Amino acid sequence: MLLRGKAHIFGNDVNTDYIISGKYKFKTLDMNELAKHVMEDLDPDFYQKINPGDFIVAGSNFGCGSSREQAPLAVKYANISAVLAQSFARLFYRNAINTGLPAVECDTANIATGDELEVDLTKGEITNRTKGIIIPVKPLPPVMIKILNDGGLAAHFRKHGGFNF
Amino acid sequence: MGQTIAEKILSLHSSKQVYANELTVARVDLFMGQDGTSPLAIQAFQEMSGKKVFNPAKVHLIIDHSAPSPIEGVSALHKLMRDFSRETGIHLHDIGEGVCHQLIPESGQIGPGSLVIGADSHTCTYGALNAFSTGVGSTDLAAGLISGQMWLKIPETIKFTCHGQLPKGVYAKDLILKLIGEVTADGATYMACEYTGETIAALSMEARFTMANMAVEMGAKAGLMEADEKTYRWLSQFTGQKFTPVKADPDAVYAKELTYDTAHLVPQVAKPHRVDNVCPVDEAAGTPVNQAVLGTCTNGRLEDLRIAAQILRHRKVHRDVRFIVAPASRRIFLAAMQEGVIQALVESGAAVVTPGCGPCVGTHNGIPADGENVISTANRNFKGRMGNSKAFIYLASPATVVASALTGEITDPRAYI
Repeated sequence: MLLRGKAHIFGNDVNTDYIISGKYKFKTLDMNELAKHVMEDLDPDFYQKINPGDFIVAGSNFGCGSSREQAPLAVKYANISAVLAQSFARLFYRNAINTGLPAVECDTANIATGDELEVDLTKGEITNRTKGIIIPVKPLPPVMIKILNDGGLAAHFRKHGGFNF
Repeated sequence: MGQTIAEKILSLHSSKQVYANELTVARVDLFMGQDGTSPLAIQAFQEMSGKKVFNPAKVHLIIDHSAPSPIEGVSALHKLMRDFSRETGIHLHDIGEGVCHQLIPESGQIGPGSLVIGADSHTCTYGALNAFSTGVGSTDLAAGLISGQMWLKIPETIKFTCHGQLPKGVYAKDLILKLIGEVTADGATYMACEYTGETIAALSMEARFTMANMAVEMGAKAGLMEADEKTYRWLSQFTGQKFTPVKADPDAVYAKELTYDTAHLVPQVAKPHRVDNVCPVDEAAGTPVNQAVLGTCTNGRLEDLRIAAQILRHRKVHRDVRFIVAPASRRIFLAAMQEGVIQALVESGAAVVTPGCGPCVGTHNGIPADGENVISTANRNFKGRMGNSKAFIYLASPATVVASALTGEITDPRAYI
C-alpha cells in the first residue's frame, strides 16, 4: 500500500481529548461530523488544512489517554491516510489498527510541516520527497498485520468467525 | 522461570504458560462498556454479524459518562444501549447507579485472579483487587462480546516498592501523582505496574483503587496489587465466592524495579495540562480556584467523601468557589447520606450531582468558563478535558481539593486535618 500526502506536525503526548474532545464524541456516531473537530484544541483550523491523503506526524506517546475509538475514526474520516509517530500509546495503537487506520512507528525528527511524504507500508519505508531522505518504519507485530490486511478487526471476525492468528 | 502477577493471571486464562512479550488469546471473565464506548461497540457487533453475546451474565454496560443525558444525541445513544441490553440479556446499569469502575468491583463477579476487559482506559482500576483488568476500544469489546476472548500481548512489569507510612494529610492520590511525575506519561507504556511494600499494605481498599486507577496515566496496561485480608473483607460485602490469590514468584523477571520512601511525602498537585506535571502543593499554593470537584473513578468513594466532610464540617466553602460532588456509586451515595456526610457537604455549600463521570469528562455537570481554574480529584487535566480548552485543571487528593474550596486558592490540606 503506497500512501502520498503532506505532513502536519504535532508534538509529544498528543492525548485523545485533543484528537477528539469528549464534548463531541458522546453525542453522535456520525464520524464525518466528529472529523470536523479533529485536533481542534491544538489547532482550531486543522480540519480545513487537510488535503485527502495527508499525514499526521507526531512525537512520542501519540494517542495517550482514553480508550475512545472515536479518536482514530475521527482522524480517518478527516481523510488522514496514516499517523506517523515516534511511539504510540497502546489503546490508540490497538484502536487504529482495529479500525484500519495505519499507525506507523518511525523516527519523525526529519519531517517538517508541509513535507511531501510517500509511505510504503508493504516495503516498510517512508520517502520524504521534500528532503530527499528515506526513513525506515518499525514493523507492525504479525497479529496486527493480519488484522490490518483483513481490513480491520470487524472484517477479520466476519472472515474467520473469531480470532484467527 | 518465575512469573509476575500479570504473567500468572494471563497464563491462568490461556491454554499455555505465557511470559512477557508473548501473545495470547485469553478467556475473559467479565466485559464492561460505558456510554462513550458501547454505542460504537454495538455498531461493531452488528458489523461483525454478531448474533448473540457469548455469555450475557458476564457483560455489563454502564451509562455513567453523560448521565442523565444532557442532549438528545446522547439520549439516542443511551437508548441504543438499553435496547441492545434488553435484546441480548446483558446487564445494563442505567443513570444514577454510578461510575463503571465502582460498579464492576461492586458486582461481586470479579476478584483476585480475574481477567477483566473494559472499553474504558481506567479499567486498570480493578488491579487493586489482584485482578488483571485493562482497557480496550469499542471494536475489541465487540469482538469480546461475540467470542468471550481477547488477544493480548503479555506485558512486561515495572515493580514499585513503597516503604514507609504516609504522613497525616498525605494520601494514596499524592503517592500515585508522585510516581506519575517521576515515571512520566509514557514511562510504563505497554507495561503492567505492580505496587507493593508496606505503604501499599497499609492502604485501605478504597485508596488502593485510586493507585491502580491511575496506572494508565503512565501508559500502563494494568496496575496490580497482591490480595490480602483487606481485599477479602472488602469483597465479602458483595460476594461469597472464593478467589485464588495470585502472587509474583520470587524469581519473577521485571523490566524495572523502583523503590520509594513515602514517610516524608507531601501533598502533590498535577498542574495543567499534563498529569505528569506534578509538584509539591507548596509550589501551586495560592493559585485562585473557581471550581472544586470531588468524585470520579479516582476519588469518589466513601472514604474520600468522609475526608471532605471532616474538613468542611461547620465551615462554608469560599463564596467564589463552586464545589461539585459526585459520589462514585448509588451505594456510596446512600452510605454517605446515612452517615451524615452528604448533609455536611451540602451544608458547606456543595452541589451534589448524580453518581457518574460528568464533571470529569466535560459532557455536563460543571463546565468551567474561559480562564477559570479548577481543582479536581479526577485523573486527567488535559486541556479541554472538562469541556473548555481555555480552562486550567489541577489534580489533587480529596483533602487538598476541599481545603482549596474552603480558602478559594490551592491550599496545603495538612493545616485542616
